[in-house]
Amino acid sequence: MLYAVAIFAPLVGSTVAGLFGKAIGDRAAQAVTIICMLLASVCAVISLVQLVDGAPQGVVSLGTWVEAGSFHVSWALRYDALAVAMVVMVTVVATLIHIYSVGYMVHDENHTIWRFFSYLSLFSFAMLMLVTADNLLQLFFGWEGVGLMSYLLIGYWYYRPSAGAAAMEAFIVNRVGDLGFALGIALVFLTFGSIEFSSVFGSVKEHMDASYHVLGHTWRAYEVIGFLLFIGAMGKSAQIGLHVWLPDAMEGPTPVSALIHAATMVTAGVFLVARFSPVLDYAPAALTFITLIGATTALFAATIGCVQNDIKRVIAYSTCSQLGYMFVAAGVGAYQVAIFHLLTHAFFKALLFLAAGSVIHAMSDEQDMRRMGGLWRLIPVTYAVMWAGNLALGGVFPFAGFYSKDAILEAAWAADTGIGRYGFWCTLIAAFLTAFYSWRLLLMTFHGRSRADRHVMEHVHESPAVMTVPLVLLAIGALAAGFLLARPLIGENWQAFWGNAIQIAPTNHVLRDLEGLPTWVVLAPTVFGLLGIATAYLFYMVMPELPVRLAAAFPAGHRFLLNKWYFDDLYAAVIVRPYQALARVLWQVGDATIIDGVPNGLAALTEDGAAGAVRLQTGSIAVYAFSMLIGLVVLVTIFLLFLR
Amino acid sequence: MNAAGFPLLSLITWLPLVGGLIILAVRGDEETVASNARWTALWTSLIVFVLSVVLWVRFDPGDPGFQFVETASWLPQWNITYKLGVDGISVLFVLLSTVLTPICILASWDAIKVRVREYMLAFLILETMMVGMFAALDFVVFYMFFEGVLIPMYLIIGIWGGPRRVYAAIKFFLYTLAGSVLMLLALLAMWYQAGTTDIPTLLHTPFPASMQTWLFLAFLASFAVKVPMWPVHTWLPDAHVEAPTAGSVILAGVLLKMGGYGFLRFSLPMLPIASAHLAPLMYALSIIAVVYTSLVAFAQTDMKKLIAYSSVAHMGVVTIGIFTANVQGISGAMFQMLSHGIVSAALFLCVGVVYDRLHTREIARYGGLADRMPAYAFVFMVFTLASVGLPGTSGFVGEFLVLVGAFRVQFWLALLGSLGMILGAAYALWLYRRIIFGRITRDDLRAMLDLSPREIAVFAPLVVLTLWMGVYPASFSSFWDATVGAMVTQHQAALHGPTLLAAVKP
Repeated sequence: MLYAVAIFAPLVGSTVAGLFGKAIGDRAAQAVTIICMLLASVCAVISLVQLVDGAPQGVVSLGTWVEAGSFHVSWALRYDALAVAMVVMVTVVATLIHIYSVGYMVHDENHTIWRFFSYLSLFSFAMLMLVTADNLLQLFFGWEGVGLMSYLLIGYWYYRPSAGAAAMEAFIVNRVGDLGFALGIALVFLTFGSIEFSSVFGSVKEHMDASYHVLGHTWRAYEVIGFLLFIGAMGKSAQIGLHVWLPDAMEGPTPVSALIHAATMVTAGVFLVARFSPVLDYAPAALTFITLIGATTALFAATIGCVQNDIKRVIAYSTCSQLGYMFVAAGVGAYQVAIFHLLTHAFFKALLFLAAGSVIHAMSDEQDMRRMGGLWRLIPVTYAVMWAGNLALGGVFPFAGFYSKDAILEAAWAADTGIGRYGFWCTLIAAFLTAFYSWRLLLMTFHGRSRADRHVMEHVHESPAVMTVPLVLLAIGALAAGFLLARPLIGENWQAFWGNAIQIAPTNHVLRDLEGLPTWVVLAPTVFGLLGIATAYLFYMVMPELPVRLAAAFPAGHRFLLNKWYFDDLYAAVIVRPYQALARVLWQVGDATIIDGVPNGLAALTEDGAAGAVRLQTGSIAVYAFSMLIGLVVLVTIFLLFLR
Repeated sequence: MNAAGFPLLSLITWLPLVGGLIILAVRGDEETVASNARWTALWTSLIVFVLSVVLWVRFDPGDPGFQFVETASWLPQWNITYKLGVDGISVLFVLLSTVLTPICILASWDAIKVRVREYMLAFLILETMMVGMFAALDFVVFYMFFEGVLIPMYLIIGIWGGPRRVYAAIKFFLYTLAGSVLMLLALLAMWYQAGTTDIPTLLHTPFPASMQTWLFLAFLASFAVKVPMWPVHTWLPDAHVEAPTAGSVILAGVLLKMGGYGFLRFSLPMLPIASAHLAPLMYALSIIAVVYTSLVAFAQTDMKKLIAYSSVAHMGVVTIGIFTANVQGISGAMFQMLSHGIVSAALFLCVGVVYDRLHTREIARYGGLADRMPAYAFVFMVFTLASVGLPGTSGFVGEFLVLVGAFRVQFWLALLGSLGMILGAAYALWLYRRIIFGRITRDDLRAMLDLSPREIAVFAPLVVLTLWMGVYPASFSSFWDATVGAMVTQHQAALHGPTLLAAVKP
């Protein structure tokens, strides 16, 4: 019951704020949504404590949803370790971001702050529906719901053309993935006869040899399911190829970037893979594909992050890269590690975004790091928490990333497969780049001489307490989450916490093999991270002319990274422009000329014929009579033919 | 006599016509006549709606057969009877017609200024024809209503339409009539073969396989135009663009469903062998409809045309669902038809709102309306999302069930047929962005007023329906579950029966 309150309280808050926000005013709307979120967080934490204390897993049934023959889906809340862990993370982070937004949105040009808070709460509700779903379709409901709220919040400043474009791009690119997801759901139904988790996971053994024929091959159904669901995950979690929307999504207000595009929504893909682990663990080819995409994304996004100048975009690419890490973990069978990193990442990445927001707030909405610098004395709290976030992201002991990120690299090595090695090396290099771009961001923003104009610098001020308190709380999370969670989540006795929320094949020993790895494998991530920090220090403190010279020495490489591997240009050239052109051609030529040409031509022919007939006959009445006669003859003939 | 104890269906069918006669009887100056006609039409349609709610409440969803059946002798020498009745497939279409008619009358309240009496009369006649068509249980009666729908619609477009109304009206009329003639031939052939035009009897009459193909093609000619399927869809954008708002609403909301209903009532159950044989053709045409018209919709510069093309794409999903001939596919097609009936009708009403204010449908003339019309932006968003098929709205359920049904047939059918998920989002959000997002630049846009109470009254029931159908669709699909289940079983039996027999025989 408490559990249901945790899920539905945000919906209540959102509805009140959305429907009556104009009447009750911004203050009241903020109060309502925040109180509801606080209530949800408390209930969520109590639910977690109860579960750890040994409350049984279960399903809270809410009613029938879709029914068609044997296809049966209900609304239900699943209560197990995976769901509850996510619920706690989502409600806590969302609550902090609600509070932070009170300060951040003060100067909103829209004057519809109630709308913003209503959206934030509705997003939280959709995300909670996603993580507590007991069947794939409800998961899809939450999945599309968070997508919608992401669309609305990216486009919150609707009068900016770039915001409108980014919102639309996010929705459509996600839809590409969603199509794969929807097909995957259909195949799950076809294979298992149900899409409810308990019945699917309960009969994994029976359908092991089910096959599906497509693309001229007969595949194991589990592999096809894995591929299709992962295509959905790629869209939502911005993996390479379907990642283009995430950096552009930074058009939204910064709290949105923190909540949706860092902590919660974008991790839904990883959650999906973990949720479906009982099936996926028997789909080795799909898992290989997941590792491949994840590792490639981790490296690729990190390279781009190193040259971006917009403070939010750097963090956005960092998110992309970290999501890749999580997929590497899931792909080698260490789902627990993936979720562990998901949880710690939620804290420190939300922290980084909100700290960046605090910087932007202080700098009168400046986002370009080339026009920052020397801020650390002026905004010391923001500076301190940014350090905490960076240390966590960079994986420095004892911060959260040290535990979760290193576990991913170790798991990739421990998998002892070719793809595992690929994952290891990609993420290791990415670890170096991560530390580099993190400290590049830190140094460019806070150190050196100020590059902003005097006018802006005069206005720089530390954010109010309503913003800094959430920052400090998140910083504590970024510091403590790692060593607090490591043992229960990925320790030897992981089953005590996870129960059967994560089920792995008997042959999957990745987690056990984390012990006793070669020392250099264990040390490598830390060493590479420290090297990255040192490089950044060298580049931006000791010899600031070095990066410029480097860019001049390798102009092609620099341009390649600066233009984000040309993905945007490629898509514009290969998809967007041809699509627009084809649309016009089909309309003007296909419809207007060819298809309409036939009836219009016939009409013209008839008209000419009639004109001729008019000339032959004496008047139009005769023409009508004549045609009626012919019609009658034809009809009677046919009638007689049938009567014989 | 039937479950209601009185001829409920006949009452629902003919009552609008009675209202029409009352309108005709009114005399006086133009103003009085117009106001009288408006109120009479509204009250008539509301009473009819209440009656149809009785039908909805008293309908027994567990019974797969026809209910509320009423018969009267008509042409006994030809074995033709006046026979009405509804089953799980038709009952909600009757409701759809009776829900949309009062909404249309309300939406035309101020928009129609000339010949108000004739306009309201046309709408009431149209309601009689629509309800009669969905309730008819005799093929001849069905045919008369089916054709009868054309006349008031033709007049609505041709008299109260836009500048090119005559071209559009004639195109609409000729396209639909051309198909109907072939259906008439099929009707005659079936009557000759079975000796009756009683639909329940025809549903259990096996027609020879060779004849089925010809009958199927004749039906196809008629129903494909109505749906409309590619490539006989071009009458629809023209008709929509020229029709007055309420005309577009009924056209998209109900008239397009006549095609899908026809396939479900006649083609699939009466001609199972031909349906199975020609299913690939239907799939191909439907997939082309989905992809092609979604693309064409993207290129449109006229709001109404864009939504008209989107209708063709959405109905493509319906025809895929019907011819998958499995429970999920047909159930999805039914749901998609009802949902489209509500959503596309609402979208045309949304166009009507801004058209009434600015008298243009040119998309480029708008932009930034969110600023001045937040309520409108909200309503438009709801229906855009439903059109895109977002879970939680009505649009999702049908689309997804058809996807499941199609997946049972073939992977590529499901994939290509569901491309609308992506392409639909592209044109719908692009439209929304150009109209609602952005900065207001023109003064006339800045002066636009948000929804009036009358407009809110028009949209409110549609918003509620859209969300209700999305959150609790089982309350709708339960109406046809039994009927569709029986239909699929019979279809399977008809297809596999002969082969089984052949296998048993030595």
